[in-house]
Parts: sequence; C-alpha cells; structure tokens
Amino acid sequence: MSHFFTAAVLSATIASGIALGAPLLLAALGETVGQRSGVLNLGVDGIMLLAAFGAYLVALRTGSIGWGVLVALAIGVVMGLITAFINVTIGAEQGISGIGIYIAALGLSGLLFERYVGTPTPITNSRGPFVAVHIPLLDRIPYLGTMLFKQNILVYAALLLVPALTYVLHHTTYGMNVHAAGENPAAADSLGVSVTRVRYTAVIFGSTMAGLAGASLLILDGIFQENLTQGAGFIAVALVYFGGWRPAGVALGALLYGLTGSVILTWKTLGIIPLSLSDLAATAPAVIVVLALLFLVGRYRQPAALGKPYRRQ
Amino acid sequence: MSQPEGASRGRALAAAAPLGGWRAVFNRWLILPAAAIGALVIGAVIIAAMGANPLTGYHALISGAFGGSYQLASTAVKAVPLLLVGVGICISFRANVLNIGGEGQLVMGGLASAATALVLPNLPGFVLIPLVLLAGAAGGAIWGAIPGAFKAYRGVNEVLSTIMLNLVAVQLMNYLLAGPMIDRTESFAVVGRIPQTRLLSPNSWLPIIVPGTQLHLGVVIAVLVAVAAWVLLRQTGFGFRIRAVGLSTDAASYAGMAVKRTTMLALTLSGAMCGLAGTMLVFGSISHRMVTDGSLTGFTGSDGYYGIVVALFAGLSPLWTILSAFLFGGLLVGGVSMGIALNVPYSSDLVTTIVGLIVCFVVALDAVRRRSGLPAGAAGPASVRELLTRGWLRRDDARATAVAQAASGQGAAEQPVPGQASPEPAAAADQAGEAQP
Repeated sequence: MSHFFTAAVLSATIASGIALGAPLLLAALGETVGQRSGVLNLGVDGIMLLAAFGAYLVALRTGSIGWGVLVALAIGVVMGLITAFINVTIGAEQGISGIGIYIAALGLSGLLFERYVGTPTPITNSRGPFVAVHIPLLDRIPYLGTMLFKQNILVYAALLLVPALTYVLHHTTYGMNVHAAGENPAAADSLGVSVTRVRYTAVIFGSTMAGLAGASLLILDGIFQENLTQGAGFIAVALVYFGGWRPAGVALGALLYGLTGSVILTWKTLGIIPLSLSDLAATAPAVIVVLALLFLVGRYRQPAALGKPYRRQ
Repeated sequence: MSQPEGASRGRALAAAAPLGGWRAVFNRWLILPAAAIGALVIGAVIIAAMGANPLTGYHALISGAFGGSYQLASTAVKAVPLLLVGVGICISFRANVLNIGGEGQLVMGGLASAATALVLPNLPGFVLIPLVLLAGAAGGAIWGAIPGAFKAYRGVNEVLSTIMLNLVAVQLMNYLLAGPMIDRTESFAVVGRIPQTRLLSPNSWLPIIVPGTQLHLGVVIAVLVAVAAWVLLRQTGFGFRIRAVGLSTDAASYAGMAVKRTTMLALTLSGAMCGLAGTMLVFGSISHRMVTDGSLTGFTGSDGYYGIVVALFAGLSPLWTILSAFLFGGLLVGGVSMGIALNVPYSSDLVTTIVGLIVCFVVALDAVRRRSGLPAGAAGPASVRELLTRGWLRRDDARATAVAQAASGQGAAEQPVPGQASPEPAAAADQAGEAQP
C-alpha cells in the first residue's frame, strides 16, 4: 500500500482516472441535454459502438484518426436523427426503443467489423492532436501538470464542455427552451417554442456527443473489438441521474467512476489487489453508482416530462 | 391523477372495444407480423449490401430452425431461456416495472444453481433437480428484489439500477468462475484455464425427453411456468394487483392496494423467472458446466435482452410468449445455419441486428397504433408507461382499470363497458380488504 501513496503514482493514477472518465463524461453530458429536453435516450451505448467502429475503420483505411473522429461525429448525428424520429415524432416508449437501438447497433457494429476488418489491428496514433497534448507552462506544474495538462484533446474538450454546457443550459434562450420542453412541453408550446425542434436538436446533440465518446474510447484503447464499450453508454445514462441533470454533478460522477477504475487498475499493477480478485474489484465502480443512486435519489427531481412524448391537444 | 384524466381514460377504453374495420384488424392481429417483416426486409437489404444472397440466407435460416425434428428440438431448447425470461418480463412490465436486469438475473440464477450442484453432487436426481431449480429461481429473485426494493421504497429508477446490477453480476460471475468455482481438474494449459465449473453431477442434468435430440425437461417446465404465470396474472388477487398497479399506481393505492409491496414482488418474481432461465442454460447445456468467456454476454448469450423482445412481441401475454419464444429461438438457431449457407462470419451479428430492429419497429408501430386507434386527445395526458402496459389491450385489462377507478371513485361515472364491469367491484372490494386487514 505504501507504494501507492507516492506523489508520482498518485498523480499518474489521477491522470489515467481523468482519461478513463472522459468518454463517460462526453456521453453523459450529451445525454444530460437530451434528458433535460424530456427525451430518455437509452441507445447511447449502441451509438458509441457504431461511432467507435466507424472511426476505427476510417482511421485504419486513411491512417488519420482525425478523419475517424469526424466520421464518429457524423454517425452520431445520423443516429441522433433516427433516435429523435422514433422517440419524438413517432412517440415510442423510450425505455424500450433505446434498448432496440442498442441491440441493433451492437449487432450492426459487430457485423460490419466482421465483414470489413475481421482480425483487429491497432490503429497507429503517433501523430496529431489525439496523443497527449502538453499545455505549455501549465504542464510543468509539479504533479498537477501530469494530472491535467498532458491529456489528449478529447479529454480537454470533455472538461471544457462542463462550464460551457452549464452556461448554455442556464443562461441562454436555447437552454430555457430545453428546460421548458422537459418540464412542461404544453406551456412551452403555447408560448411559441417548438417542442419538436428543441427535442430534436437536444437529442442530436446528445447522440453526437455519444459518437465523440465512442471515438475517444477507441483512442483510449487504440483498437476496436466487438462490444468495445462494455456497457459504458449505460453507465453514462446512470451518471446523468447521479449528477442530478446538472453538468457539474455529471462531471463529478464521471470523474469518480474513472478514478475508481484507475485506482483499481493501479492497485492491481502494484499487487495490492491479488489477480484473482481483480474481477471482483472491477464491480466497485458500478456498485458505487448504484449506492449513490440509492442515496442521491430524491435530492434532485428529474425533468417532469422525461420519457413522455408530447402531442399537441 | 386528476378527475378529468381518469374520465378520458375511461372513454378511451370504451372506444377501444367497438373500433371496427380493417384498421382494427391491423391493430389487433397484423401489427406485430408487420414489425417482424419490416425488420427482416432491412436485414435482407443488409445481407445484399454485404454481397450475399438474402434469399439463400433466409431459406437456410428457416430450414435450419424448423426444417426437421432435430432442428425443431434445437429451436425449442433455445426457446426455453427466452420463454422464461419473457414470462418474467410479462409480469414486471404488466406492473409497469421495466426490468432490464434479465442478464444479471440469469447470471445469478446460473451461479446459485451451479453452486448448489457443486456442493451437493450426490443427492439423487429427483431431489437434486428440483433443488437446483429452486436455487436458481432464488438467485434470480434476490437480484430482482434488490432493484425492486430500491424502486418501491426509495424511488430509484429501475431501468438504471437493473442495468448497473447486470454489470455487477457479470463481474461477480467472472470472479467466481475464474476463482472459487473453477474446474481444478483441468490441466493448467499454457493459455490458462477456461473460466468454467467442473462437469456438474449427472444427477443434476435435466433429462432428455426425446432421445436423439437435445430436447430436455426444461421445455416442459418452461411451458408450465408460462401457463402458471397466465393463471397468476388473470385469476389471482396478486395478479390483479399487479395489473392494477401497472395501469395506475394512484388508483391502485387509493383502492387500498399495497402498491410498494406489489412493485417489489413483481420485480422479485420476474427475477425468479430469469434465474430459472439461467438454471436452464447451465443444466440443459450440452457441456453440463457453467461456462463464460469473460465478455458481458459470455454466459447469457444476450438472452436477458432477447427475452424483453420476446415478451413485447407477445403483447406481454404469458401464453403468446410461448409462441413468440419459439419463433425467436428459431431466429437464433437458424442464424447459425444462415451463416454456414452464406459462408459469412457475421450471421450471429446479423441476427442481433434484426432482433434490435424488431424492437424498434414494435415500439414505433405500437405508438402509431395507439394514436390511430384511440380518439384524439385520449392518449395525451396519461403517461406513456401506463400506455405501454395497456398496449395490445385485452378486455380483462379494461376491467382492471375500470375497477381500480371505480374503487377510487375516479372513473365511477365512466364505466367503460356496462355489464362487463359489474361482477368486478366486489372483487375490488375483496382486494382492498385483503390489502388492508
């Protein structure tokens, strides 16, 4: 245990915790906006998988991870349109349609992987902004520099999205419209806000962030395999509840989840947790989130119209 | 729920019955086949896009699933866990509890039953088999009771808690099968041991009922469970409470029903069915071990998710779930034959995709059906989840709502179908009395 409490190990653990939490944070922040507008998107995990596969294939074929990330964003937009059509326009039961989208995307990503790749090869990530970007001067700060300022660009994007979304959701007209669509769509409608348009944009934003999360997960792993996400998208949805539908709370949850994961990894490496118990230890983040849900629930109220399609009377 | 909402619901129910014409026929009988056909057509487009012949593929799929007695037996065996999970889903969804935790409950059922057989291998079969079935059901029930209690008493969203508990269960299984429960008789090969138990006691194997096939006793048990669930939902006070709570917690609560306890018990029972399905996966398997491969669906083969599809496709009716499970079992078994016929490695992924598309089509068409089948405005104020449990409406459900509303004084003036509701208020009074002695 004494090996763990050295400054170097601790700061490296925290750094990798932040990196592990970043994909969850991206997906969860996107889901936050969607849920605040009243739409529960349970298909996040599937969208992440499809986007990660798209990014992987393009990166493999073009040698550029940049193009891969762009493709992941595009897949996010398309999946967002499909999700919004099913949930907003048709008004399907969202808890179930999301599972359907997840299963279909899980199958499709595996199918395309088998058809077009077959044997996985790692993507080369030697150049470009998707390796660690050192922020000049700040990265020299002892320990803190390692933790925060030597991350890849998507980690910075995820962290910067937190204050940006807080501002948008609480201080702009669009943010107010999202709030209104999620709390009282009939009132929003009567005041001339198009609930459909607000929900479409919110869902598409959320799905695009899920796409980016898929790409960032791929960059973290450096290789695609079937069911790459291992349920990360579902955890992202749970983190939205954990964070009480506020970006800062969601960020806290994502970092907690990432840190728990990286502490366990470090302990495994240092031999603090014997190898035989590592699977058991891997349950810790999920158990913590379930317990947190148990104690945090009721402290924050979910958007009143969450999961309810709106139809004008 | 407010007075006008209750009233409009009553009107909606009254209107649902006399709806006539081709639209009613479509809504009642053709919407689910339409969903399946839609998904299969997209599947065909995908096969064609991959450069293979969809007709060859689907022909191989159908003959591989239903083409002979051996194929039919394989399909029936594959349908067993799907049917049990599906019946569990019928129960929980009818209570308006969205149990997405089938995967975890399957795992816990498998673990509990396998552990029982490992500890007591020498008991005779007629004792051991019922014992492992009970242990499996208990394992799943515990994994359902946890999110059930969280939802009922703390208001934790069950979709989230069940999904998280799926992850916990899988890691727990990976630990147990690679550690305490691992097969120590197997030599320690270069790649390490497979995460699996040793060969379970032959006394615990589910007997084969048709020699020469894999058809085991589990098929009979699963069908009996489905019939029992149908009786439970239709004929018992508990089943009545489940449906009443599912239709309106407010009305059920006002009628004196123990809503929280019913919610928790529904999820517990649902978990028990899934646990039983996990037991079937272990003791009805060819290897007669509990095996995984370290992935999330290594043990379950996604049956916990597919069971949801099976139940939705059956309109949340346990009896129709028997047919639905058989069809989906055929899809999964035939998918392997399709892969061989087309000589492609992705056939199981294709089947997964088609199943996912069927879910999307079923929920989407159900939403469309609701909108077109009910008078404008009726579907508006009630929550979607209430409508889900009311999907593919049956007359007894209409009565359950009417009674719940009548008992709570909400829809008293809006008796949906006069004459049919008359015997029920007495039953409602019994329920109320039973719940509050």
